[in-house]
Amino acid sequence: MSIDRATIDYVARLARLALTDEERALLTRQLMDILAHFSMLQALDTGAVEPTSDVVGLANVVRDDVPGPCLPRDAVLEAAPEAEAGYVKVPAVIEAESEP
Amino acid sequence: MGAALDRVTRLEPALHAFLHLTADEARQEARGWDGRYARKGSALPPLAGLPVALKDNLCTRGLPTTAGSRILEGWIPPYDATVVERLRAAGAIILGKTNLDEFAMGSSTENSAFGPTRNPWDPTRVPGGSSGGSAAAVAAGFVPLALGSDTGGSIRQPAGFCGVVGFKPTYGRVSRYGLIAFASSLDQIGPITRTVADAALLFGVLAGRDALDSTTADAPMPDLSAVLNGGVRGLRIGLPREAFGEGLRDEVRGAVTAAAETLRDLGATLVDIALPAIAYALPTYYLIATSEASTNLARYDGVQYGLRVPAAGLYEMYTQTRAQGFGAEVKRRIMLGTYALSAGYYEGFFLKAQRVRTRIRQEFEAAFASADLVLMPTSPTVAFPFGEKTADPLQMYLADVYTIPVNLAGLPGVSIPCGLAGGLPVGLQLIGRALDDETVLRAAHAYERATEWHTYRPRGTGEPGTGNVGTGGAQR
Repeated sequence: MSIDRATIDYVARLARLALTDEERALLTRQLMDILAHFSMLQALDTGAVEPTSDVVGLANVVRDDVPGPCLPRDAVLEAAPEAEAGYVKVPAVIEAESEP
Repeated sequence: MGAALDRVTRLEPALHAFLHLTADEARQEARGWDGRYARKGSALPPLAGLPVALKDNLCTRGLPTTAGSRILEGWIPPYDATVVERLRAAGAIILGKTNLDEFAMGSSTENSAFGPTRNPWDPTRVPGGSSGGSAAAVAAGFVPLALGSDTGGSIRQPAGFCGVVGFKPTYGRVSRYGLIAFASSLDQIGPITRTVADAALLFGVLAGRDALDSTTADAPMPDLSAVLNGGVRGLRIGLPREAFGEGLRDEVRGAVTAAAETLRDLGATLVDIALPAIAYALPTYYLIATSEASTNLARYDGVQYGLRVPAAGLYEMYTQTRAQGFGAEVKRRIMLGTYALSAGYYEGFFLKAQRVRTRIRQEFEAAFASADLVLMPTSPTVAFPFGEKTADPLQMYLADVYTIPVNLAGLPGVSIPCGLAGGLPVGLQLIGRALDDETVLRAAHAYERATEWHTYRPRGTGEPGTGNVGTGGAQR
């Protein structure tokens, strides 16, 4: 397996992380080392084994459909970086997602 | 409470166990309890007036909660985690929020954005992690009770490094509501204490079904105080040969082997067991944990809470906020997890790891056919010096090689003090069947009653004036 700068840039974009040139160089090397070590998993035959995504074995846990208390809007908005008229405020959405 | 606060004043500047102290409020609350203790006949809740320290990834209404990250610096949660609510209802007094590796990602607290915690036994060494602040706070005598969270060993490993008791309950025993999520299929909250009896008391308060966490078990809880003194006679304790091989330091092997013999002398039977797949636990864990983390941490985007780096557009606001808010290890894990989940690699990495996870669970199940408990070291070494493993992530990951399999299988595990090597504590790990938390605690209690390792304290943390923190060695 090979991790190159292009892979790092692609993954960083998926992860919404801006990286410096030093970080890109370091992560290229470290991810390559780590994944090379982790490829030892391929040696273990898991042909018929089902994957485990949880260990409790619970399924379809539901509660009664009764409205309960929720967090007070003022308290939540107070913790937001920017709020206006009862809403969280963010920069323009439309042009942003069309970037690289 | 006065004695605890005196020790905090004297020792905390050197240790840095806390990110946020609530000493004044705690003192005030304690006075309230004093009045109630004085009144005869009034029933008191189980933790009435006892000081407790909370790992700073547990949400506390009105108290800052950072998870050790710049991205949450200054954030004040509008709600309490379920465990915090239960502690308050049981009469506990919150003394403060303890230091941790950022988002609980690390084994030494060196990844905290607010500086590391020092080991009370030796200030040149790490306290372990990620719940290093909680373990150090208990070891230094700041609090008798603390909470940590354990995703791959983050309660047990620092407890082992600091010579205290750390218990990770069965996955699902304790509600995770209000725990800042790292890897949701592995995270579990648990106690860090001086004694096994205290851990059992605290666990009894925390455990139980919670409608706010749909993964909590709807299983009956035994009366732990009734079963704790049951002893180990007739228990079969399995020693996996794979856990005593390469990489284990001799002084740790010696202490843990001697502990197994003590349990045998107390009436347990020692049996050989095989867990060959634990050799694959480390990569399995890091692929699953980082994948889950990469999605859990997607919420830190500068929109609703925490840091926002202003930018003209939304995409740039996300990427700049996350670039400035996250530290190096968190970025590394987000990148690794995003890669393992991305198209073309999902099958080979993430899904493969989930299949190996099944194998590891099956091996534990098979082992529990011939053993009631599994015994192994908590960590391959004692507490290591600062900076020893920071340059090589893989070396740091190996610090959790014996604790990780337990999270992958969702089992209960405890670390208790079982020796000193070069003046530093060694941890003994006991692991039980899912939902059989009581047998783990019962055996740990029997061992503790028969030995004196839990009575040793780091120098300088006893009565005022006995020395400085971490002058090395131990005192009783």
